[in-house]
Amino acid sequence: MTEDVNEQVPIIQMRDISKSFSGVHALKNVRMEVFPGEVHALLGENGAGKSTLIKTMTGVYQPDSGEILLHGVPLRFSGPRHAQQQGIGAIYQEPSLFPDLDIAENIMAGRQPTRSGRVDWRAVYREAQNMLQQLGVGLDPHLKARNLSVAQQQTVEIARALSLNAQLLIMDEPTSSLTLTEVEELFRIIRQLRQSGTAVIFISHRLEELFAVADRVTILRDGQYVGTRAMSGVKTEDLIQMMVGRQVNELFPKQEAPLGDTRLEVQGLTLSGKFADVSFALHAGEILGVAGLIGAGRTDLARALFGIQPAQSGTIKIDGTAVEIRSAQQAMAQGLGFVPEDRQHHGLVLPMSIADNITLPILPRYASAGWLHAKKAKRDASAAAQRLEVKSAGIAQKAKELSGGNQQKVVLAKWLETQPRILILDEPTRGIDVGTKAAVHQLMSNLANQGVAILMISSELPEILGMSDRILVMREGRITGEFMRAEATQEKLMAAATAVSPDKSEEN
Amino acid sequence: MNTTAPTNQKSRSLFLTLVRFRELSIIIFILLLIGVVALNTPAFLTIENFRNILLNISILVIVALGQMMVIITRGIDLSVSSIIGLVAMMVSFTVVAFPGVSPLAALLLGMLLGAILGSFNGVIITAGKVPPIIATLGTLSIYRGMVFLYSGGTWINSFEMPDGYRALAKASPLGLPNIILFAIAIAIIVYIFLNHTRPGRDIYAVGSNPDAANVAGIPVQRTLFMVYVISGLLAGLAAVLWASRFESAQTNTALGFELQTVAAAVVGGVNIFGGSGSVIGVVLGAFLLGTIDYALILMQISPFWQLAAQGLLILVAVIVDSAIRRRLQRLGGAGEF
Repeated sequence: MTEDVNEQVPIIQMRDISKSFSGVHALKNVRMEVFPGEVHALLGENGAGKSTLIKTMTGVYQPDSGEILLHGVPLRFSGPRHAQQQGIGAIYQEPSLFPDLDIAENIMAGRQPTRSGRVDWRAVYREAQNMLQQLGVGLDPHLKARNLSVAQQQTVEIARALSLNAQLLIMDEPTSSLTLTEVEELFRIIRQLRQSGTAVIFISHRLEELFAVADRVTILRDGQYVGTRAMSGVKTEDLIQMMVGRQVNELFPKQEAPLGDTRLEVQGLTLSGKFADVSFALHAGEILGVAGLIGAGRTDLARALFGIQPAQSGTIKIDGTAVEIRSAQQAMAQGLGFVPEDRQHHGLVLPMSIADNITLPILPRYASAGWLHAKKAKRDASAAAQRLEVKSAGIAQKAKELSGGNQQKVVLAKWLETQPRILILDEPTRGIDVGTKAAVHQLMSNLANQGVAILMISSELPEILGMSDRILVMREGRITGEFMRAEATQEKLMAAATAVSPDKSEEN
Repeated sequence: MNTTAPTNQKSRSLFLTLVRFRELSIIIFILLLIGVVALNTPAFLTIENFRNILLNISILVIVALGQMMVIITRGIDLSVSSIIGLVAMMVSFTVVAFPGVSPLAALLLGMLLGAILGSFNGVIITAGKVPPIIATLGTLSIYRGMVFLYSGGTWINSFEMPDGYRALAKASPLGLPNIILFAIAIAIIVYIFLNHTRPGRDIYAVGSNPDAANVAGIPVQRTLFMVYVISGLLAGLAAVLWASRFESAQTNTALGFELQTVAAAVVGGVNIFGGSGSVIGVVLGAFLLGTIDYALILMQISPFWQLAAQGLLILVAVIVDSAIRRRLQRLGGAGEF
C-alpha cells in the first residue's frame, strides 16, 4: 500500500513550514504529504499546531518559511479564495452554511449559473442534485439549511467543496457533534471520496475513528513534526505516546470511592417533548454516567436539574428533602454546579478574562456593601487556575484566546470555586486533547473521592465505561437502561441507547 | 419512527405548511380585519375604498421594499424619511425653477439624488464600519437638517407646481392611478431582482451568514453598499411621487415615515435579524397597515389610536415570528435523526 502511494505525485506537500505569532513558534519545520485517494489523519494535542498547519494549507495564513507544493509545483496562496480555486476545500466542526437558503443554493452560492443575467435555477438544482447523488445521499436540494442536522449540513459542505472541484478536503473535527450512525455515514462518504481519488485530511481526537477511516497519520507536538505512520502498523498507545511525548497509561483513572448517602433523588421528572418519567438516585462520591444518542434528552435533563428549563412535573430531593429548582440561582443555592456541553456559549463569557470568568458565580462573596474586593477575587481566581493547571499568559488573558482544553479547565475551575456538592458535567471532555482529558478525568475522580456527587453526560462510550460507577442510558427522553460498572459493556449500552437487543447489534 | 415520539406528526405538518406560506397568515389576518370592520361599517366594502387603500400604501410599498433589502442584510435604513424630505424639496424647487422639465426627468433626478444620499450611508457603513442603525440615525438628522438649509425654511405650494408634475402620481391614463402602477412595477422589478439575479441572491446570502458569504467569494461589502444605494434610490423615487401626490414639499415632509417602512417590513415577515424576507410579504404588510389606518379613519376613531394600533401590530408580528422560529428550531433539532 505505502509503496504504491509513493509513486504518485502528492496533491500537497508541506516542506519545513514555520510560522510564528508575535515571537511564539506555532509551527517549526513541519512537513506533511498527502497523496490522491488517501485519508490522512492529523493528530496532536490542542495547541500542537494542527489548526495553524491547516490554515496555511487553506490560505488563511502565509508560512514564515518553508514551501507548499501543489501537485509538485511550489506555490503561495494569496488567501482562502485562492486555495479554494486550487482545489483545497475545508469542512469545520461547526458548519458554516446559509441557514435561510436551501441546499442547492448553499452548494452554488456566489456562483449560480446565469443565463442573460438571470439565475438559471434549473441548472442550480441539477448541479446540486448531481453532487448529492455522487455522495450517495438522498437529500432534497429544496430543503432549507436551517432545518438540517449538523451531519446533513456537513454533507452539504462536502457537496459544495466537491462542486468546486476540491481534490483535497480538510475535515477539522467533523465528528465531534455527530451521533454514531452519522459518523458511520460520514465515513462511508469519506471512503467513497477516497475511491474517486480525492484526498482527505481528517482531524479527530477520537483515536478509534482514525483507525476506522485513515490510511496514514501525521503527528504534531508543540508545533513540531513528530512523525508519519501507516495506520495499519500502529497501536493506540504508540499514537498517544507520540502525541503527548510521555506514556499515558490509564486514560480513565476512576478510583474506587466509598459511596455515601443519597445526595440527589429524582422521581418522575417530565418535560414534555424532552424527557419523561425520569427517576434515579445519585450518591455522594459517586460518578453516575448518562449515556445515549444525541437528542435522547440527556442535556435537557441536565438543564432541567439546574433550573435553566425546569421540568413540568416530578420531584427533586436533595439530601432527602424535596426542593424546588426553577432557576440557576436556586440550583446553585442548593449546591449544584453545571458544566454545560457548549462551553463557548454557555460555559464561558469569551471576551472576559480568565479571572472574571472564574469568579463570576461567586462574586457576592467578594462584595461588601456593593463594593467589590477585586484583589481578593483575583488572588482566588489565580489560585483556582493554578490548581487546574490552566495554561495561559496569565489570569488576565481573555477566555476566547485559550485552546479548547484550557477553556474547559476554566469552566471547571469556575464551578469548583462554588464548592458544589452535586456537579453536573455535560460532555466534559468533548473536543479536548488527550493530556487535558486525562487531567479532567483525574480531577473528577478526586472530586468524587472528596464526596462530591457527579452526574456525567457523555457520548463517548469508553469515557462512560471508564469513569462511571453506575450508568444510566437514555433513549427518546426515557431511561432505558441502568448498569453497574462491572456489568456494563459497549454492546449493552448501545443496545439500550438504540433499542436493539444485544445480539442483533453485534451484526453491525 | 417510534410511537413515543413527542411531536404529533399531523399537527406538525400542518404547522410547517402554515409557516412555509408565512404570507398566508398575513392574508388571513387581513381578511379577519376586513370582516370585523365590515361588520361595524358596512360601507367599508367598496371598490372605491380598496382603491384608496392602495393609493395610500403605494409610496410605503416602494420605500419598504428598499428597507426590506437593507434589513435582509442585517441592517436598517432610518434615513429614508429624511431622504424623501430632502429629495422632494430639491426636485420640487427644480421643477418650479424650470417648469419645462418633463415629469419623467424629475423622476430620474429624484432617483439619482436618492441614490447619492443612499451611497453616503453605504460608505459610512462599509468603509467607516459604523453600525447601520447609528449611521442612518446620523444621516436621518443630517438630511433633515439639509432640508431646512436648502429651503431656507420655505416650502413649495400646490399652485407653484407645473401641471405635469402634479399629474405624475395621480393621473390614471392606464385605468389605475400612476402611483399604484409605479408601486406594482417596483414590486415586480424587486421581486425579479431578489429571486432571479445573482446580486439579489447575494443579498440573502450576506444576511444569512456574512462569514460564509465571504468564504464563498460573494462581494459582501459591495452588496452592503448596494442595498443602501437601492434603498436611497427608491426613497428618491418615492419623494417625487410624494411631492406630486400631496402637491407640496415641506420641511417636515415624510417626518417619521421611516418607522412605517420598518413596520411594513417586519409585519410582512422580514426577519429583523437578517437573511429572510419576501416582496409579497412586504406588500401584504403594507396593505395590512394601510387597511388598519383606513378602517380607523372610517370608523372615526382618534388618529392617536392609529399609532398605537401600528405599534401593537409590530409587537404581535415580532412575537409571533420568534415563536414560530423557536418552534421550528425545536422541530428541526432534537430526535430527528
